[in-house]
Amino acid sequence: MASRLISEMGLPKSIANVFAARSIKTAKDALSLTEFDLMELADMGLAEVTSALAHISERVSPPYQTALSLLEQRIQNEQLAGHLPTGLKGLDEALFGGIPFGVITELVGPAGIGKTQFCLKLSLLASLPTRHGGLDAQVIYIDVESKFSSKRLIEIGAQSFPEIFYTRGMAQEMAGRILVLRPASLAEFTESLQQIKLLLLERRVKLLVIDSMAALTSGEFEHGASKINPLGWHISFLKIPIVVTNQVRSQSSDDTWRYNFQVGTRHRDLEDTSKYDSQLIAALGIHWAHAVTIRLILETISGERFIKVAKSPMSPALAFPFSITSSGISLLNDDGIEVVGQEISTIHCDGDYLIIKLDPQMPQ
Amino acid sequence: MEVGRLPISAALKGKLVSAGYTSLSLLSSLSPSHLARDLNISENEALDILKHAPHDGRIDTSGGHHIISGAQTAWDMLHEEELLTRITTSSVDIDNILGGGISCREVTEIGGVPGIGKTQLGIQLAVNVQLPVHCGGLGGKAIYIDTEGSFMVERVLQIAEACWDDMLANNAISQNVHAGQVGMQPKDFLENILYFRVCSYTEQIALINYLDKFISEHRDVKIVVVDSITFHFRQDFEDMALRTRLLSGMALKLMKLAKKFCLAVVLLNQVTTKYAEGSFQLTLALGDSWSHACTNRIILYWNGNERYAYIDKSPSLRSASAPYAVTARGIRNNVSNCKRIKLM
Repeated sequence: MASRLISEMGLPKSIANVFAARSIKTAKDALSLTEFDLMELADMGLAEVTSALAHISERVSPPYQTALSLLEQRIQNEQLAGHLPTGLKGLDEALFGGIPFGVITELVGPAGIGKTQFCLKLSLLASLPTRHGGLDAQVIYIDVESKFSSKRLIEIGAQSFPEIFYTRGMAQEMAGRILVLRPASLAEFTESLQQIKLLLLERRVKLLVIDSMAALTSGEFEHGASKINPLGWHISFLKIPIVVTNQVRSQSSDDTWRYNFQVGTRHRDLEDTSKYDSQLIAALGIHWAHAVTIRLILETISGERFIKVAKSPMSPALAFPFSITSSGISLLNDDGIEVVGQEISTIHCDGDYLIIKLDPQMPQ
Repeated sequence: MEVGRLPISAALKGKLVSAGYTSLSLLSSLSPSHLARDLNISENEALDILKHAPHDGRIDTSGGHHIISGAQTAWDMLHEEELLTRITTSSVDIDNILGGGISCREVTEIGGVPGIGKTQLGIQLAVNVQLPVHCGGLGGKAIYIDTEGSFMVERVLQIAEACWDDMLANNAISQNVHAGQVGMQPKDFLENILYFRVCSYTEQIALINYLDKFISEHRDVKIVVVDSITFHFRQDFEDMALRTRLLSGMALKLMKLAKKFCLAVVLLNQVTTKYAEGSFQLTLALGDSWSHACTNRIILYWNGNERYAYIDKSPSLRSASAPYAVTARGIRNNVSNCKRIKLM
C-alpha cells in the first residue's frame, strides 16, 4: 500500500505533475512529509496540499471490517479456524485452538529445554494431511544453529502417528514437505526471504519456523537497537503461523523494571545484586518483547519442566508441566497452574541444568 | 460584503477604502491596533469597525466570542465538560481515579510493559463504549486500529459475552429491548467494532488523515483505539527529526478529531528504557517530545504481583494509582482474596 504510485491515484493532473517533478513518486514519499514541508517543496498553498493529502490518504488507507465479519471469516475461511493445534490439549485450550495464524509466537527458554523439539513436532503437525489435524502444507524451517535433526523428526513422526508413518512412502512425503534453510548470516537470510515470500504467496507454505531468532540477529546489533525485526511486517497478513525461538541471557544491572514514579522501591533492588546472576531474561530486549504476540516460556523449576503462556492477548498466564518423550513433547497435566505477577515473565532455570549439556537428539 | 454597507460614518468608510480595504473579508483577520495604525484612527473606532467583520462563516451558537472566532469562555466550557459522559473501564478503582472513566474530547495515552494488559484494556473500552449511557458507555461504535496484530477476535467475543452477562445480571437490559439497540446480543458487540489493520507507518498516517472523512460518514463512532501507536514508528526510522514531526502531526490530528466529533481517543504505547538519575528507568516509547502530545497519560505497571494503573499526566486529575485485574471476563477490579491457586 505504501509504495503505491501517486500517478495512479487520480489526483488532478497539475498536482500530480508537480509531485512527480519533486521526486514524490509513491504514497510513502508524500505522507512522510508534513504539510509544511510539502507546501515548501511543491510551492503550493495549504488548501491544495491538504486536499491532495486527503485524497492520497483515502486511497492508501486500509479497508475496514467489523469484528463480527473478522470472526466469521476466521471460522469459515481459515483452516482449523485460524489456529494450528499443537497436540498439547491444555495449551491448545489456552490458546483457543492452537498457534494462531498471522502473528508471531515466540518460544523462549534456556538451552536444551526443548524449544527445538517443540518446533520439530510443530513442523510435523503442519505437514500432516488435514484428516489427521494438519495443514497439509509445506513448512519452512530456518535452522540457524544447525539443530535440525531429520532422524529425530522421523522418530517423532513414527511414535506419534504410526499409522501414517509406517505407510509406504508417507514418511518420505511428510519429511519432504519440510524445507530446511541454514543461512550463515542475517544478510543471507534476508535474501532468501524474498524467495520464501514467493512460496508463501503461492499458499503452499503454511508454517514458518525460525530457530533461533537470537542467533540470527546476534552480533549484528547492539543492545536496544532498532531494526530488530528482519521479518518485515508484510508477512503478518499472510495468515500463517510464525514460530520463533529465542535464547535467554542473565539479567544485568542495566535491566530495569521500574518507572521514575516507582523510585521508592528501587533502592531495595539495587542492593540485592546477588540476585542478578541467577536471573534469566529473554534475549533481544524489550523492543522484541513488544513485537511478539504470544510468548511461551519454557523453564525448569525444581527439576520439572514447564511451558508457560507468558504473553497472550487471549489467555491467562498458565503453566503446564511437560516432558520430552520419544514422540516429542507431552504435557503431564492439562489443567495448568495459574501464574501471577512478576512470576509470569520470569524464566527459571535450576542451576545444575545448565551444566549438563543436553543433546537435543536424545529423548529424555 | 461591501465596505460601503457598513453602519459606520462615511469618513471612516472613506478611510477604509483608501487604505485598500474594499471588502469585509480583508478585515476578518486583523487586530484592532493594526487597523487603527493603518487608518490613523483610534483603537475604539477600529474595534467598532471590526465588530462587523465576518467570522469564519461558521455560526457559533454556543455564544462564542464575537471577535475571536472559535474561542469559548471558561464558564461555557465548564458546562460542556459537566455534560460529558465517560466510558467505564469495567474496573471501579480505575474509573474512580479517572473521575468516572475515559473522557471524550481528549486523547488518552496508555502505556506499559508487554503483557500488562494494554490490548485487554483497549478491547474492553471498545466493547464498553457500546453500552447504554446508564451502564457507563456512550451507546456508540468503536474504531479499533490494530498495528501489531494483537487483536484476537475470539478474545473480543469472550469479553463481549461477559459484558452481556453482567448487564443481564444487573437487569440493565430486559428481554424486550429498546428500539434503538439492536438486541444487544454478544455478537452485536462485535458488529459495532470497526477494525482496521495497519501494516506500515505510511498506512497509519494515511488512515489517521482519512478518519476525519470516515467518521463524518459514521457519526455513531464514539471511541478510536490505536493499538499501538508506537509499533511502526520504531521499526526503521533513520530520520528521528522527521519521526518527531510526523508524530506530532498525528497527535494534533487525533486531538482535532476528538474535539470535533466529541469522541474519546485512546492510544496504546510501548515502553523503552532511558538513562536518568544515575540508572536505567522504564519510560514510554517515542521520546520526550511525544510525551507532551497527549492530554492524558496512564501507565500500567506491576507492583509486586498486582497490576496497577497510574495517572502520570492529566490536566484535571491528580496522580493516583489503582489496582486492576485481567480476568477471563476482561478488565475487572482486583479482588485479592479471590485468586485461584491450583495445587499440583
